[in-house]
Amino acid sequence: MDFEIILDSLPLYVHGLWMTVQLVGLALLFGICLAIPIALLHTVRNPLVWVFPWAYIYFFRGTPLLVQMFMIYHGAGQFRAPLEAWGLWPIFREAYWCAIIAFTLNTAAYTAEIIRGAIEQTPFGEIEAARAFGMSRLTMARRIVLPSAFRRALPAYGNEVIFMLHGSAVASVITLVDLLGAGRIVNSDYHAPFESYVTAGAFYLGCTFAIVAVFKQWEKRWHAYLRPRVEKPPARAPV
Amino acid sequence: MPDLYGYLPFILQGMKLTVEVAVLSLIVSVVLGMMGAAAKLSSVPLARLIAGVYTTIIRGVPDLVLMLLIFFGGQILLNDLGDALGWGYVDVSPFVAGTLTIGFILGAYMTETFRGAILAVSRGEIEAGFAFGMSARQVFFRITLPLMVRHALPGFGNNWLVLAKTTALVSVIGLQDMVFRAGQAGGATHKPFTFYFLVALLYLVITAVSDIALRWADRRSQAGVRRA
Repeated sequence: MDFEIILDSLPLYVHGLWMTVQLVGLALLFGICLAIPIALLHTVRNPLVWVFPWAYIYFFRGTPLLVQMFMIYHGAGQFRAPLEAWGLWPIFREAYWCAIIAFTLNTAAYTAEIIRGAIEQTPFGEIEAARAFGMSRLTMARRIVLPSAFRRALPAYGNEVIFMLHGSAVASVITLVDLLGAGRIVNSDYHAPFESYVTAGAFYLGCTFAIVAVFKQWEKRWHAYLRPRVEKPPARAPV
Repeated sequence: MPDLYGYLPFILQGMKLTVEVAVLSLIVSVVLGMMGAAAKLSSVPLARLIAGVYTTIIRGVPDLVLMLLIFFGGQILLNDLGDALGWGYVDVSPFVAGTLTIGFILGAYMTETFRGAILAVSRGEIEAGFAFGMSARQVFFRITLPLMVRHALPGFGNNWLVLAKTTALVSVIGLQDMVFRAGQAGGATHKPFTFYFLVALLYLVITAVSDIALRWADRRSQAGVRRA
């Protein structure tokens, strides 16, 4: 291990970290916005409605993220003329946006499945009570079903965030300099695979621990009502 | 895309390689998973520590990072070893590096699955085995192993599906799997989307077939379980 190499290339890794944070953060943000309507559509009983979110989720969960990203980044060239006509080519030309689109579509599928599972576990009494209050489907979703589903989905979503962080490493394959991209540059500059990839791995490990810690805090806050109640010992009377 | 410009057999050959990598790394991961689970449940603190470090690191670092580390780092390590022992230059094949890496990664997930499954076997069954005078080995093979399968199957199935998708990464280290070949065919025909979409559908075939097989295995493993 040559620590000189690691120290010299630290700025590059920090740069890569920022890129990883952008890719993952934007994909998660867009992904959750897309996942909520997909999950709600999936709970509709009409098969004509239900089949679309089902096919979407099946496709994106059943195929590798790398292939999805290639389909968008390399595949866009095949549709260059229509994309240019629509004015979308500047987006699909950039590896950055292609990666974000691929990650968004991918995480939306997994997140939709997590939210759908949580929605289906809603206690029937809650829905019955909402109906008794005369709430419409949408009001019921907004006030009753989604808030309780989000709480139940929290642990599984924490795992999904970690999977997205790890999946984002494939962005380095399409020329983006994320954390692994930084590692690849350092490796090709110094021919030092151990130093370069172990450093990248350590950064990812640190991010993973940070995400785990944040979700632990959130679970503590949002699942507070589920914790066994601890009775406070009575204040001791002054002697 | 009626005949895929004659590239269909070329892609299907890549699919064969993908399946080979997947099945071989599954075997590696099951072996590592059983060892890891045994270590995690053992009474030796050092074994528990090693297994804990293994699962924490593997599950905290992206698979592609580990693959590049093992492929490029393994090459240097082998070269140094080769120099020291006088074998000369040994080339790390991407097939071996890819298979071992994927097996190594999924081994960590299998460890957790198997650990949970072993813990789910009821204590009384194991005690009954010992009461019959079976040795620890006999108890493991006759009681624990057959009974844990039922509890391990759902997690095992998930891990297999993750593993099958992870095989796409071997194309990054130059193995000619179906993703790599789709890139070549797409480049030659200027129809990259068509070929990557085809590969995506082939992955769905693998997933769907596995799903059916896993459902069948799950039903069989539940034979004799009384449902409420």
